[in-house]
Amino acid sequence: MNGRLETATVPAGMTLLEFLRGRLCLVGTKEGCGIGECGACTVLLDGKPVTACLVLAVEADGGAVDTIEGEARDGELSALQKAFIEAGAIQCGFCTPGMIMSARGLLRRIPNPTDDEIVEAMAGNLCRCTGYEAILEAVRVAAQAKAVPHAGQMVAGQSAGGSGSQGGRLSSPRVPGEGGGRG
Amino acid sequence: MAELRVVGQPVPREDAVDKVTGAARYTTDLALPGTLRAAILTSPHASARIVRIDTSAALAVPGVRAVLTGADLDIRLGLYLRDKRILARDVVRYQGEAVAAVAADTLDAAREACHLLRVEYQELPAVFDPRDARKPEAPLVHPDLATYDHMRGVFFPKAGTNIAHHQKVRKGDSAAALAASDVCLEVSFDNPPVQHVPMETHAAIAHALPGGRVEVWTSSQSPYTVRHLLALAFGMPHAAIRVHVPHVGGGFGGKAGLGLEPLAYVLSRACGGRPVEIAMTREEEFNTTPSRQGLYSTIRLGATRDGRLTALEAEYVWDAGAYADYGVNVGRAAAYSGAGPYALDHCSIDSYVVYTNKVYGTAYRGFGHLEVLWGVERAMDRMARALGLDPVEFRRRNLLREGATTITGEPFTNGHGKPIECLEAAAEAIGWGRRPSAPSAPHKVRGKGVAMLHKAPAMPTYTSCAAIVKLDEDGAADVLVSGVDYGQGTYTVLRQVAAEELGLPIDKVHITWECDTAMTPYDWQTVASRFAYMGGNAVIEACADCLCQLRAVAAGALGVPADGLVCRDGKVFPRQDPARGIAYKDLALGYTFPNGNSIGGPVIGHGRYIATGLTNLDPETGQGRPAQFWTYGAHAVEIEVDTETGEIEVLRIATALDAGKVLNPLLCRGQVVGGIVQGLGSAVLEGFRFDDKGRLLNPNFVDYKIPTAKDLPREIVPILLENPQPGGPYGARGVAEHPMISVPSAIGNALRDALGIEFESLPLSSERVLEKILVARAPRPDTP
Repeated sequence: MNGRLETATVPAGMTLLEFLRGRLCLVGTKEGCGIGECGACTVLLDGKPVTACLVLAVEADGGAVDTIEGEARDGELSALQKAFIEAGAIQCGFCTPGMIMSARGLLRRIPNPTDDEIVEAMAGNLCRCTGYEAILEAVRVAAQAKAVPHAGQMVAGQSAGGSGSQGGRLSSPRVPGEGGGRG
Repeated sequence: MAELRVVGQPVPREDAVDKVTGAARYTTDLALPGTLRAAILTSPHASARIVRIDTSAALAVPGVRAVLTGADLDIRLGLYLRDKRILARDVVRYQGEAVAAVAADTLDAAREACHLLRVEYQELPAVFDPRDARKPEAPLVHPDLATYDHMRGVFFPKAGTNIAHHQKVRKGDSAAALAASDVCLEVSFDNPPVQHVPMETHAAIAHALPGGRVEVWTSSQSPYTVRHLLALAFGMPHAAIRVHVPHVGGGFGGKAGLGLEPLAYVLSRACGGRPVEIAMTREEEFNTTPSRQGLYSTIRLGATRDGRLTALEAEYVWDAGAYADYGVNVGRAAAYSGAGPYALDHCSIDSYVVYTNKVYGTAYRGFGHLEVLWGVERAMDRMARALGLDPVEFRRRNLLREGATTITGEPFTNGHGKPIECLEAAAEAIGWGRRPSAPSAPHKVRGKGVAMLHKAPAMPTYTSCAAIVKLDEDGAADVLVSGVDYGQGTYTVLRQVAAEELGLPIDKVHITWECDTAMTPYDWQTVASRFAYMGGNAVIEACADCLCQLRAVAAGALGVPADGLVCRDGKVFPRQDPARGIAYKDLALGYTFPNGNSIGGPVIGHGRYIATGLTNLDPETGQGRPAQFWTYGAHAVEIEVDTETGEIEVLRIATALDAGKVLNPLLCRGQVVGGIVQGLGSAVLEGFRFDDKGRLLNPNFVDYKIPTAKDLPREIVPILLENPQPGGPYGARGVAEHPMISVPSAIGNALRDALGIEFESLPLSSERVLEKILVARAPRPDTP
């Protein structure tokens, strides 16, 4: 879980989203529809974007889960996060964690995506505020900037990302995803 | 005006860091110890009597703490007309209306208990089309309408009918002017109800406290309105209610009024004061929470042969659904704006807000203007064509200009902005007058269209707000307001205003992100594109108050008159002697002399603003002054239509708005692009579908599509004009709703241009477009 080992016994019917929010207090991951249609709860499971409302917590057993709380590292925002801020890709912010995780999944799979690949990867995440233009631009900028490691804006306090991000080191090798969209 | 340092700069949002890291907290992210979770049971019928509800099995579910039904709650709620219950009582008036609620230790237990509630219904006659609902034989949605409390003198419910409000506008003699016109036409249009679709559904937490007090956390646009309406509903003093608004995941008008707060409160009371959280599922968000009203329009236009509009008559029939909520005010506002931004000497508008047995309507970005201008701007194109005039030229000849009056009798001045410049700028940006470029395939065709838009904030004549600015020990400033930044960016703009006024860099000005009626000062509601204007003015006044206090203390410290002191770059100094400055940080809590003596005290500035010069409208003629300011604009689009699928692709859309002054170009562009794409949803994708029993058929994102990243126009050209608004902060006007208004009209006009086919109904979905293409192409039977 964001590079840390988490051990828990969960009911078989508990979704990964309920587990993240209810058990681990990782409430950065949002519920927008609960049935896999909006992408607000997108996290990475073994490097691949999934909607956490459609994945059972037990399915993540032994896997690597990355959430928005693990995106900033060592107190510094990632290039993706900075690009979202500077492009004006955020309004109400409710879709933002899922958007960033979908973009992270894309950039893991395709470090230099084409515009079509960016649109394809982001089209499963709904946003009602921004009209998407700035979000797509942010992903483009982040893809170009990815060679530059985390520089610049500091996150306020190491714990800003919640319990999962403390000392966050992304661990196990990533399995490339198969699809650009949501799992 | 001195050169601006901060206002007008593309300052990023201060809340952005919290939002990209997941640290921003929304209502359901707040975990109070001991919070119970609640679920609701909704009606499967559009109109039915509740014969009985058996709660015994539900109460037996382990973990259930309370089950409430309408029978337990004899309270009426309402914004302008008190017609609604917290839970349906005796009768249900729409499919999706909440009839019972359960609070339990877990959400699973609450939902299980809801499934075990046994409700016996007796179906009643229902009415779904507002045009039918106006007929004398129509079943009455509210037989007791005559007894309901309402805002008198502003709204006029008609007892014994389904009419919740009838707004009239009368100017000149439209009947005579139409009769004398060279060319007349009558056209009808319609819009379906649509959903706001905030990504965060409605949610509230209530904590009933001893002594009849309550603390509420809610996903709301209007903390003070929530407090006020709770106070009225429950007969509580305002101070007994404390409303917090944390981050809000979008609203668009759907969270402007009272939502789940009363239900959360009665559940908390029923559970002995345990906090209760309730959040809508996405399906409930569609079925249960309010929507944008549907509209049926009939418009008659007259013109002279040389292209002057002589008269406009319109009848607007709004589909209010089961409750009036904001719908009555939408019907009012869209009537006084209901002729578009045109100079008309003769105008007659009747706007009826009509109850039906459907999910009820409320405010939605644009507040009725997208809907009426779908008709008006399509009618203007038809008139231009009837006259053989170019649609841009026809509009240019008839738009409001200095010397004209609006249809409510308000003189139009250059301070209103320049609608003609908006039209010309948008048209030019898409190469108006040149043929559309060649289509990308033989079965595709292209067309161009324009449409005007206008809107003023629809608000009471006495709307007010306040701001507090306090200085910190380090000389930085904190701004406190109770307008909500639910994404639109006003807080960043208010920080810029405060930085400009106080002479501080932007990173030394902060704004408090949680609104709290016990801590942050009054604001009416965060609606109507009026927060930057009114809140901006309040912040300017609060900053002036701070500067006055700073100068007074510095005068004592320096032994010079206060009126010779200048505040700049975080220091107060004599105009003639900048080197003798005192830093704000040494004045913020009071100034201490070297010997220890101290003067002054904490610097806290207070500012306020109240709408000025507005009047109630004459009930018979609608004449009066409804608007603090107007914002005008125009869209111009070029589209490509696939004649094999009916799909519309927007190749380019240019949107020109007279913003008065762009306070933050980054965030302003965000409003324009976001508004255009939301308008595109109304234009080509969105609309409720009901079956013949009034059941909503598309309450989810599979069947109700909103635009995705794949639906963007190929090119978006925002054009922001800056003809200043007298009285606006730095000359600014509101622009948040406007980009959405008239997007469907412009696309409809372009579709007519591309296909030669008229469309009267929204959305312009591919199946609707294809159907008309096929009909137009079908061989016609021989006619004599």
